[in-house]
Formats: sequence, C-alpha cells, structure tokens
Amino acid sequence: MTKRLILLLLAAMLAWPGITWAISDPSEALANPSAEKRAVEIGEQLRCLVCQNESIEDSGADLARDLRRIVRQQVTAGKTDQQVIDWMVSRYGNFVRLRPPFNALTFMLWASPVVALLIGCLLLLVGRRRRAPPAAPLSPAETMRLKGLLEP
Amino acid sequence: MRLDRRTLLAAPLGFTVLAGGAFYMILQRMQKGTFDPRGVPTMLSNKPLPDFNLPGIDGDGFGSADLARTPGPVVLNFFASWCAPCVEEHRLLINIANQGVPIWGIAYKDAGPQAGAFLKQRGNPYLRTARDDAGRVAIDFGITGVPESFVVDRHGIVRWHIGGPLTAQIVVDQLMPTMRAWV
Repeated sequence: MTKRLILLLLAAMLAWPGITWAISDPSEALANPSAEKRAVEIGEQLRCLVCQNESIEDSGADLARDLRRIVRQQVTAGKTDQQVIDWMVSRYGNFVRLRPPFNALTFMLWASPVVALLIGCLLLLVGRRRRAPPAAPLSPAETMRLKGLLEP
Repeated sequence: MRLDRRTLLAAPLGFTVLAGGAFYMILQRMQKGTFDPRGVPTMLSNKPLPDFNLPGIDGDGFGSADLARTPGPVVLNFFASWCAPCVEEHRLLINIANQGVPIWGIAYKDAGPQAGAFLKQRGNPYLRTARDDAGRVAIDFGITGVPESFVVDRHGIVRWHIGGPLTAQIVVDQLMPTMRAWV
C-alpha cells in the first residue's frame, strides 16, 4: 500500500509539467502569457555572457537581465525567434547560442558521437577478425587420454 | 595498420605527448594574454563602430561620428568606478596616456557623480569621456563586462579588442603594434 502510494507520487512528480522557476522578479514578465512563453523559450537558447554556463533566463547577472528585457521588447515588437537570436549573434557571435549551429567550424562537435561509434565498430571488427579460430574438438582417443590423466 | 603490442603501447604515449604539447601552448598563450578561455571574441573586428551618441561625464560626451573623424587611431576604453579590475587598470591607462596614446573612455552603468569623482581622485587618462548609464550602447558593442578596450582607427573601424583589463605585456605586445599599424 505504502509502496504503491510512493510510486504514484513519483509518477505524479515526473509527469508534472516542467515549471520554469525564473529567478527574475515577476515584474520582468510580459503581461501576455503566450508572448512571455515565447520570450522564455528564446532566452533559454541564449547564453549569459557573464556566467557562461547558464542561459539568460536562468542567470542572475545584470547583463542577463538587460538581455532578457531586450528579448521581451523585441517579442512585443513582433520580431520572429530567428530575428531575435540573429540580433544577439550579431553582437556576441555564435558563442551566445547555447545550441551552436552546424557549420564548418562546429561539424566535429556535432559529428563526434557518430565518429566515436564508427571507431568503436571498426575496433570491434578488427578485434573479431584477429581472434584465432576456436580449437577443434577433441577426438575420441584424446578424450580417453584426458580422462585417464584426470582420474588417478 | 597492425595492432601489435608495440603500437598499442605507443598509442597512449603518443596521445599524451600531443595533448601535453597542446595544453602547454594554451597555457603559454594564456600567460601572455593572447588567449582568454572565457573571452568572447568581438564581432566588430574590421567593422565600423555601432552607431551611438552618449552624454558626457563632466561636459560634452561623444558618439560614433566623433570617433570616425580622429587624426589617428584611438583606444576606446569601457570602465566603471565600481569595478575593481578597472581601478587596477587605471594606473596603466594614465601611464600610456602620458606617453601620448589617445584614450577615450565610456563609463559603463556608472550613474551619478561617482564616475566624475573617480577621475578627479585618481587622475583622468581620457581625452574625452562619455557615460552609458543604461549599458545599452555597451550591448551594441558586445561588451560582457568592464573593463574592455578597443582600438578604433581614424575612420571609426575597430581594429583590435580585449575583454578584461589591459596589462603592460598586452600593451607592448598587442595594443601598441596595432596603434602603429593604423596611424
């Protein structure tokens, strides 16, 4: 009974829609909930240039707050997600994007899982090919001799 | 390639030597100030300054148009009286200003009388000063914090940038050669 309750509780916790605990104060948020949701989605793709491993939505840095405000201004002005991100990239470079684009500079970054898998497969193949074939089973005469050796 | 015992032994050794060499190079460049792992490279290199016009700290400020008609290259320095590395950097700025390097300063998010008092108290290395109280112009410059410095040539094109304080080594190795290259 208790077990079932705990399981139910756990399932409920996992199923709960992800709440964004913005550390920003609520007065920053846009009044229009759908516009605010878009602004949060854009902000979560943008790196805080001060802390560098947080998005501007998660960061408490001053600059992140300024950038959040700019994102909201542009969302209100009717800019598309891409236009807002391009605006940031034109100032801070691709570094500002938490999800780097696929290009000549970053292709190794994106391709590395596939490359690792290929290297693994190659090693497996080479290892298998080099393994000596299993020894032939003992002949009846050899079996007899082995038996004789093992049994005093 | 044959995967015999010798190659298997040499592979990790070779990898370690290569990685060690790479790390050594990175550390050396960090020490010389030519590489900052946290640095955000400027998007402005060899591009014109973003348009701006800022009020002054005491008296007139300046704008991008003023920087596009200077007799030679100038150093554009973002600073703040509340920023400890800026205070560190200040002495060096006064030194190079005394050697005739033209420096223009923008006080970043330094509203109120503090910026003026800072310059009065510690000396003013700047030919011209302006204030960016909201920090909005700094965002157009791609500034991530203070201090940051640019070398702007006489046509208002950005030729060099550093995020973080200038040091004597950086001035000698990078800033002065850039200034000489764009006279």
